[in-house]
Amino acid sequence: MSYEFLLKMSGISKFFPGVHALDGVSLDVRPGTVHALMGENGAGKSTLMKVLIGMYQPDGGSIYFDGRDVTIPDTKTGLGLGISMIHQELSPVPNMTVAENIYLGREPIASTRLINYRKMNADTTALFKKWEIDINPRALMKSLSIAQTQMVEIAKAISFDSKLIIMDEPTSAITEREVEHLHRMIRQLKSTGTAIIYITHKMDEVFKIVDFVTVFRDGKLVTTLPAAELNRDKLIALMVGRELTNMFPKLEAEIGEVVLTVKNLNRGHLVRDVSFELRRGEILGFAGLMGAGRTEVLETLFGIHQAESGEVVINGKKVAIHQPKDAIDAGLAMLTEDRKLTGIMGVLSVRDNMIMAALPNYSPNGVLQRKRIDADCQAQREALALKTPSLDQLIQNLSGGNQQKVLISRWLLTLPDILMIDEPTRGIDVGAKSEIHRLMSQLAQQGKAIIMVSSEMPEVLGMSDRVVVMHDGRISGVVERADATQEAIMNLATGPDAAAA
Amino acid sequence: MTASTADTRTGMFDTGAFIKKYAIIGILLLFVIALAIVTGGNFLQPQNLLNVIRQVSAIGVIAVGMTFVIIAKGIDLSVGSILALSAVVSASLVQMPGATNTLFPGLQLPWFVGVLVGLAVGTLVGLVNGSLVAYFKIAPFIATLGMMTAARGLALIYTDGRPLSKLNPAYNFIGQGDILGIPVPILILALVALAAHFMLTRTRFGRHVFAYGGNEQAARVSGINISRIMLGIFAMTGLLAGLAGILLSSRIGSGNPQLGTGIELDAITATVIGGTSFNGGIGTIWGTIVGALIIGVINNGLDLMNVSPFWQQVVKGIIIVLAIIIDERKNR
Repeated sequence: MSYEFLLKMSGISKFFPGVHALDGVSLDVRPGTVHALMGENGAGKSTLMKVLIGMYQPDGGSIYFDGRDVTIPDTKTGLGLGISMIHQELSPVPNMTVAENIYLGREPIASTRLINYRKMNADTTALFKKWEIDINPRALMKSLSIAQTQMVEIAKAISFDSKLIIMDEPTSAITEREVEHLHRMIRQLKSTGTAIIYITHKMDEVFKIVDFVTVFRDGKLVTTLPAAELNRDKLIALMVGRELTNMFPKLEAEIGEVVLTVKNLNRGHLVRDVSFELRRGEILGFAGLMGAGRTEVLETLFGIHQAESGEVVINGKKVAIHQPKDAIDAGLAMLTEDRKLTGIMGVLSVRDNMIMAALPNYSPNGVLQRKRIDADCQAQREALALKTPSLDQLIQNLSGGNQQKVLISRWLLTLPDILMIDEPTRGIDVGAKSEIHRLMSQLAQQGKAIIMVSSEMPEVLGMSDRVVVMHDGRISGVVERADATQEAIMNLATGPDAAAA
Repeated sequence: MTASTADTRTGMFDTGAFIKKYAIIGILLLFVIALAIVTGGNFLQPQNLLNVIRQVSAIGVIAVGMTFVIIAKGIDLSVGSILALSAVVSASLVQMPGATNTLFPGLQLPWFVGVLVGLAVGTLVGLVNGSLVAYFKIAPFIATLGMMTAARGLALIYTDGRPLSKLNPAYNFIGQGDILGIPVPILILALVALAAHFMLTRTRFGRHVFAYGGNEQAARVSGINISRIMLGIFAMTGLLAGLAGILLSSRIGSGNPQLGTGIELDAITATVIGGTSFNGGIGTIWGTIVGALIIGVINNGLDLMNVSPFWQQVVKGIIIVLAIIIDERKNR
């Protein structure tokens, strides 16, 4: 049997608390083609794919696959239908062998009722031979490089003999040579009728191997077009072409002298020769795609990771930062990206959470100055319009927006000159969002210098005086507020190469 | 005790939270009342009540230290062995002339020298624990499991396996004497508890302990020196274990290298019954003291009721599991 379409997803909707992640999205995929999904971070690509493999249940819509209507309640059903996925985040079992990882959960059983390792290893060897992968099936997963681990994941997805393989940014961790190898594999899979859904941010790849492109924006489908009818500029315009409503009232702040100079900062492959300046009263946006190295730059500046080389000058003085304490003493503050993992202390009170970073200033002899702490926390609570029944409330009982306000207070109490905020409004409802934006604006007016990492284009454009754009660990350009357009930023964020090509 | 768990969160006074917080005191009172009835009032004799508290003073002192460790998501299994090591070192320095097994014949030191050296030994061993955890990144369970064995061995080597008896009466006063009619161990426990409560709630160190237990990553980002906190916590449990060693050896008038075997489990039980969470970031000293008293009351009551020691262990085991179940529900 053959059909025109292997997969037809129609009208798929998915709600998360406070977010309409997918809004009636449709996707048709033909057998034997490579179909790219493109869009900014959070546009809905990964969510749609998780619906397809059965990891999420849609709140509406239907799925037709391989000749019939299907429901996919779990990933096992998805695999059974012939849909496998290579996830963006790899999840190997480090202390098992390569072969064990590939056959995890479907180990061949010998007549003795025990695992048939001979067959498992032989099958893996055959699989690797067919796809020209040079990895020992008996090696422990943890001894492999990231690129090799990625190749094993790819081989695993192929080994299911699926009719449809989803690849979520498979090339983000591998080198040029392996990318070529993967592209060869994809072409071969195509020729046998396998369909591939390919999620990527890399423009050059799109025009090399892709047949169709579907663009998403803010949970909605924009369009599906044959790749041959597209070029880079057209594609970027489709990805970013949203109405920019003026949702963030940025206040004018006086921009003063340079307070922070970073020269040739290096750490690993995600922070490479990063240099920039930051001025008093300025909000400096950091834009880029997922994995471009923005968070890593902040974490290295703040001493969470050690810089390998580079120079940091704060207020005219060269500083050496080996740990967060050094950074705080130098006048830096940092709100991390993951509020739950590295921000809040859930079972502690709002007061404790607020005062934690500034504690040395409130306990000169080691004994807490409780009156001062109470007074200053109370002042923060009022200044930031924090909604909590009392300062004794556990922070885990607050809403995301209010938790974020407590964390901002935590750092304001250290009286910093420079505030670094990683994703200031991630997972926060709309009302609290604009409050936090107003607050950032006011802080800039008061003379704080702010670095803001954000993956939300309207936030970057609305808040920043200048935008530093990163790609692949390097700064690919700096855009002034007057010149900052979605197209300009996306163009820099997707890398310099393909534009010239 | 069967008060409604209905949602009273919107009111000014949160009945549910109040009951959760102070239920432990109610449980202690229930035990006391039950025992008073069963023993026909014998349990409530003032002498018996003081006895109950004195019997748990060593457990209580150690449990106070354990509270700090467990709030910081750790555990210290070595406290019983540190107790023994401190006990024999202290005892060896305060033996009277003519004792049968003397390590330093003819040595005549004031009693407080023995006490100070014993406390120093405990602190030192605690610092070793802390260094293993802070700088060698060994899990507290493993580091202190090793120390539990090693320190006990050192105590046995030091004494050649025999108790050191005939101690200075001034030293024995610590465990046996009364001041204003109150046994000295009870006074010491009260002082330790008050000081620890102050440390935990009113000092920077105390806040840092909670921060570490609440979210280690966030504590690091907030500029807290994690290693120093670990060192401080384990030094303190070592110091308090040493103090407990002095309490026990002076009470029985002999430094026995087998002292304190298994006391770490009683201390952990007291801490957990008292509401300190193994998930970190939650705990109070008063809760731990109430937990220790519950253990004392159960021990004493079961004794008065002539329950065999074997059954007493079963009862204590059930109580610790129940306490953990309650703890898990509280944090859900």
